[in-house]
Amino acid sequence: MWTLPRRLGVIIVLAAIVVFLSVKLNAFRDYQIAEIAVYVTAIAGLTVLTGLSGQISLGNGAFMAIGAYTTALLLLHLSWPFYAVLVVAAAITAVSGAVVGIAAARLRGPYLAGATLMLGVALPSIAYAWPGVFGGDQGLNVVFTTPSFLGANFPLTRWQAWVCAAVALVTLLLLGNLGHSRIGRNWRAVRDDDVAAALDGVNVAAARIRAFVVSATSAGLAGALLAILTGLVAPGAYTITLSIALLTGAVIGGLGSLAGALWGSLVIVLVPTYATDVATSHGLSSSVGANIPIVAYGVVLILVMLVFPQGIQGGLRRIMIAFFGPNQKSRTWRTAPANNVTPSADTLLISGDETLSPPEPPDKPTSQHEKEGTS
Amino acid sequence: MKRSQRLRWQGAALITATALAVAACSSSSSSTATSTSSSNAALTASAPGITATTITIGSHQPLTGVAAPGYSEIAPASNAYFQYVNANGGIYGRKIIYKYLDDAYNPTTTSSVVHQLVLQDNVYAIFNGLGTPTHLAVLSFLNSEKVPDVFVASGCECWNNPSQYPETFGWQIDYVREGKILGQYVAQHFKKDKIGYFYQNDEFGQDGVKGLDYEIPSSMVVSRQSYVPTNVNIAPQVAALKASGAQVVVAFAVPAFLALLKLYTLKLGYNPALVASNVGTDPITLGGLVSSFAKQSGATLNGSALINGIITDYYAPSLGSTTNSWIALWKKVHDQYDAKAPFDGNVQYGMQAAYTFVQAMFNAGRNPTRQDLVNAIQAGLPQGPILAPYAYSATDHAGMTGAYIAKIENGVFVQEGPVLVTDTSATGAITTFSGTEQQAPASGIPSASSSS
Repeated sequence: MWTLPRRLGVIIVLAAIVVFLSVKLNAFRDYQIAEIAVYVTAIAGLTVLTGLSGQISLGNGAFMAIGAYTTALLLLHLSWPFYAVLVVAAAITAVSGAVVGIAAARLRGPYLAGATLMLGVALPSIAYAWPGVFGGDQGLNVVFTTPSFLGANFPLTRWQAWVCAAVALVTLLLLGNLGHSRIGRNWRAVRDDDVAAALDGVNVAAARIRAFVVSATSAGLAGALLAILTGLVAPGAYTITLSIALLTGAVIGGLGSLAGALWGSLVIVLVPTYATDVATSHGLSSSVGANIPIVAYGVVLILVMLVFPQGIQGGLRRIMIAFFGPNQKSRTWRTAPANNVTPSADTLLISGDETLSPPEPPDKPTSQHEKEGTS
Repeated sequence: MKRSQRLRWQGAALITATALAVAACSSSSSSTATSTSSSNAALTASAPGITATTITIGSHQPLTGVAAPGYSEIAPASNAYFQYVNANGGIYGRKIIYKYLDDAYNPTTTSSVVHQLVLQDNVYAIFNGLGTPTHLAVLSFLNSEKVPDVFVASGCECWNNPSQYPETFGWQIDYVREGKILGQYVAQHFKKDKIGYFYQNDEFGQDGVKGLDYEIPSSMVVSRQSYVPTNVNIAPQVAALKASGAQVVVAFAVPAFLALLKLYTLKLGYNPALVASNVGTDPITLGGLVSSFAKQSGATLNGSALINGIITDYYAPSLGSTTNSWIALWKKVHDQYDAKAPFDGNVQYGMQAAYTFVQAMFNAGRNPTRQDLVNAIQAGLPQGPILAPYAYSATDHAGMTGAYIAKIENGVFVQEGPVLVTDTSATGAITTFSGTEQQAPASGIPSASSSS
């Protein structure tokens, strides 16, 4: 199992990689690192929600908008330091996540998808309703600069990359811990069989609401990061397209593990850029070239789903098992170590006992978890 | 890697230039020191994005997504004109490389692609970046990086802020000026009528309404209806306009919503006179949309006939004036480099903006720095293909200052009355422009103009 020191070690190694890359690569790559970190933060929350607690959200773009607008308003009117803004943005999105979660706990499968879809579509439009507060279509400007102790010549994009990556890595660490705590075990129990979980004394509704709060908070943090990265918070940036991109990223990366959030983010950020470069360097006409990134995105999605139904991380795991045998310790959130199936895209629309592999008798680890959960 | 290569290249260029200068000095001691005048100085890599042979500029454009229909034609048309310039001597011999990236009209993507253009592709300037919310996302970035941000494709007043954003220049007439010019026409020609407004509920529509209100007495305005671009059901707004008894509807709407307005009024048997901002009235785009929307709901209508009589404003020669030297030039460039696109207002827009950029680059000198381009625009630009003068100065970064009233007839604009110029203030007078229209240069390419 992933222990805390081990997780901490991985986070430190990742942080070192980020610092190394941000110094070695050019300023635009720094910007991309920051972008990837924003998506990692948001997608990790969604991975927890969908992969761990078996719920779906097509509205996490809206939670990002809440975090982003909170950030913009606090920086604009109160000029708070950014770390304080982050805390408040997280708190406010947590509260909104709880409100949505209460409704969501009563809904399942396509009904939950529909309800959160409505959130994703409707919420950004509020900015149009009160243009005096939210700046309407033009949005709100966010000023974010490098702190003075780094010197005047420190590139802003590198500082942005560091800040975004730091938040993303801390989020990953906390989510990883949470997933392996009692709360996480309850989520898995609810995901795999909510009736059995309830019989075992797990408060199913509370567990679901908690998952929504965690996922919304991650999205809120990501929104705050996106605000300082792009320097503008406008409704056009938080459309339903963003919510769907987040979900796509979570599915492509793999819902089974937080590492999937990283792969998904890499795909979302890097594939369009590379596809555009390829299209322009081959001199395609702009009407064709402009659509190449969308095509590439679709092809990657289809290929991953065909080859690795459990996402990139699930695929990597399968390859590892093929090479090193199945005696790998379970690194996924699957309750049964003997079963190599990790949550797949099916989880999105079928929840509860129809998910995944045929139901199996509660095996030893599961029952242990339940005992812990109720003790 | 790229950066170090560039630095090495610049170093090599510098050494060569120094060597040449030394050689020139030693060999021509008899000639005056000013013999290496700017007219034949060697072409150097004088700024990021400029080499001895090329000028690389970038842009963000909605090539896909909601704003793409129509607007996606603009950048290829600009590029067509640049190719024409490249094939005919370039700018002081340098060829223009125009790299425009798709932002799908999403500010987050805009920020990403503009960071790429500036930080990785090292463009000399950002040219004609399209859209208000999109371009606002990169406004402070471009200014802090000191990248010239010229001729933004949006009529927002916000680009004209030289003290805070010295690198940024607007280009097309802003919506307040448009509103004033249309408003004056309405106040004068529909004196006894009730007026209704129909506008997009963002800075575009609101600025337009601000201009209208400067000129139209509020007692005449019986209804103010707005729409958001994400909701295509405008039946309630049109019903409210009808119920208010408005005999004239003034619209600040994009083409799709102007087309919907036309169709809904038709459906309700309501037939007000329509006055609309030129943002929505390109006859080919608008007529096409009316036809295709009607077709979607099962009706066969002739869009271009239905839009006859719409009153609008325009700042350039009508595409219908085929004998006009500018229209002939655009047609020639279009047929040669951009023939697949329809020859419509968007294509004309892209070419006119490109022409203005080429003019500014000629004025910036043979080996311009980024600041030289800013200075050249601030020194003022000739109108070229535009019928109203530009406002450019060190303290004013707004673009065009006026327009004429036009009526749509048989798919083209027909000019009604003179070119009118004004400012963006509530009290600023609207005056008839006394200057004359310029002719397109025979080569089709501008040359350095003495500052006006």
